[in-house]
Amino acid sequence: MSDEKKFWLDQPGNVNRLYWGLVVVCVLLGTADFFIHRHAYSAWEGFPNFYGFFGFAAFWVIVIIGKNLRRLLWRPEDYYDD
Amino acid sequence: MIEAMPPGLILVVGALLIPFLPKRWQPGLAVALPVASFLQLLTLEPGLSHQLRLFDYQLTVVRVDRLSLIFGYIFHLAAFLAAIYALHVKDTVQHVAAMIYVGAAVGAVFAGDLITLFVYWELTAVSSVFLVWASRTEAAYKSGMRYLVIQVGSGVMLLAGVILHASATGSIAFGRLIGDDGLLSSASAGVVLIFLGFGVKAAFPFLHNWLQDAYPNGTVTGAVFLSAFTTKLAIYALARGFPGTEILIPMGVVMTLFPVVYAVIENDLRKVLAYSLNNQLGYMVVGIGIGTALSLNGTVSHAFAHILYKALLFMTMGAVLYRTGTIKATELGGLYKSMPVTTVCCLIAAASISGFPFFSGFVTKSMVISAVEHHHMTWIFIGLLVASAGVMEHSGIKIPYFAFFAHDSGLRVKEAPWNMLVAMVAGAALCLFIGLYPAPLYSMLPFQVGDYEPYTAGHVLTSFQLLVFAIFAFAVLVKTGIYPPEKAGINLDFDWTYRKMLPALIRKIGVVINRFTEAFSIVASHLLGRAYRLVYRLHGPTGVFARTWSTGAIAFWAVLGLFGFLLLYYWGR
Repeated sequence: MSDEKKFWLDQPGNVNRLYWGLVVVCVLLGTADFFIHRHAYSAWEGFPNFYGFFGFAAFWVIVIIGKNLRRLLWRPEDYYDD
Repeated sequence: MIEAMPPGLILVVGALLIPFLPKRWQPGLAVALPVASFLQLLTLEPGLSHQLRLFDYQLTVVRVDRLSLIFGYIFHLAAFLAAIYALHVKDTVQHVAAMIYVGAAVGAVFAGDLITLFVYWELTAVSSVFLVWASRTEAAYKSGMRYLVIQVGSGVMLLAGVILHASATGSIAFGRLIGDDGLLSSASAGVVLIFLGFGVKAAFPFLHNWLQDAYPNGTVTGAVFLSAFTTKLAIYALARGFPGTEILIPMGVVMTLFPVVYAVIENDLRKVLAYSLNNQLGYMVVGIGIGTALSLNGTVSHAFAHILYKALLFMTMGAVLYRTGTIKATELGGLYKSMPVTTVCCLIAAASISGFPFFSGFVTKSMVISAVEHHHMTWIFIGLLVASAGVMEHSGIKIPYFAFFAHDSGLRVKEAPWNMLVAMVAGAALCLFIGLYPAPLYSMLPFQVGDYEPYTAGHVLTSFQLLVFAIFAFAVLVKTGIYPPEKAGINLDFDWTYRKMLPALIRKIGVVINRFTEAFSIVASHLLGRAYRLVYRLHGPTGVFARTWSTGAIAFWAVLGLFGFLLLYYWGR
């Protein structure tokens, strides 16, 4: 495997670069809210970067709920015996 | 002549011819059949209908309108792509089953009455189960059995509903079945049964587990077919019979939400896709529940886009399974190095299902969500928004991440076979095409609405905000180690009730009955023993009846008896 082609993602630091790139994109998207007019049906929806915060929080909550649900629902693969 | 033929017949009859062909031509015919059937479809005009008399009933075997046509188109497109994807398959059973299944689904969306619908409904069930059984494993056999029982059960419910409905109203026409109030509580028993029959196939909450049970057990190519037809046939049926049924709105939201959580912790990636499928149906069900032209168009267009990206997701995971022999997230990772084209196709499908602007899901799901906003259903709106972040989680990130990226599993395989690549690239191209240029899809939608414009600056921005921040949440969760690692195993779902609880309950009842009979036999043998001893005491060698009595004593008792009789006779007069 040593002669295998090296991939960009394999290089240390590149994953970190992606991460910080993502941070930059998030900041840009959040601030864009001040420049782009959008139609809000409700007042809370008009809060700056509402959708960004909502997406972040919802994602986080879903993962945490899933993680905790696993304690309750997890069974070994042969549980149903088939 | 060709217009007089029910749509789907070419597929079903053609499927029956497949076994007579040499093995290497069979897959080719399976690709040709959807093309031939599609050409027939193009000759059909809205408004066309064919009647047939059967006993006392006037059957409308064919009814063509814009709602049936768009489902007809997408069913053919999906069948064509899936058949290309299956070109390498040497298994006659799968080709025959798949084409009968597609034909039945096509026939069903053009059925104008409930009896014809029922026939096709059951045909989709009994044909599609072979796509599960064709895996030829013990697990697939059992899973297929459960699938068949539930699917046929759905048809039986439908039939019972149709009989009640027909005897109450005298009509078997398949049109709007729910009353103008949109309330299930004021609907007749027959209509409620039909609703539940549809609900099983649409994987309503608690009726859903056949989906997550059977599809991951399907063959590599069979699962692609399965993902497209059964549930979308149910969506079509609900859109036709139950538009504006209020209960569908909250139910749809529940459907979008609970599978999301399961998908987070599921290890079998095709099962993740099954949960994700369930979640996508939720958006369509909400659209049907709202029942306006905009929301129904949203449902139909979302079904159209969904069939393509979901089939594409199943194709990419099928390719992974085909090449690596596993689809467990714990055993995969780093496959982008050896399957780059599959990876790109998967990413396009993931972006489409997540609803990224410029991909297909964006231009269709947003119609349903706009309808929700339009009616100021705040909680429904928030529910769907949470679910959208959830879609990003399981289909947008989890599927591509754990299969193709994450930690390198060390698996080095060949890229998918050429036919799979052709089908996947075509599917990916269609996802992009619909996203970038939705006008052709919009023009096919069944209801006339004013110009709907998905690409407003605000809508694009908010979608990007929601999704990119969700990705950022993922990055933070992984970086901090909070994100739960994949874990081999299964997670209990509602199927536990009929796979564990009911069998256990039946065993328990059996044990109780056993105990009861045991106790009964103990008591009975005790009583019998006592009775025996009593008889023995009286009649045994020393018993009172065994004694020899003297003649004098007998004469005395006889005289006493006669005297008693005399007294009775005297007083009795």
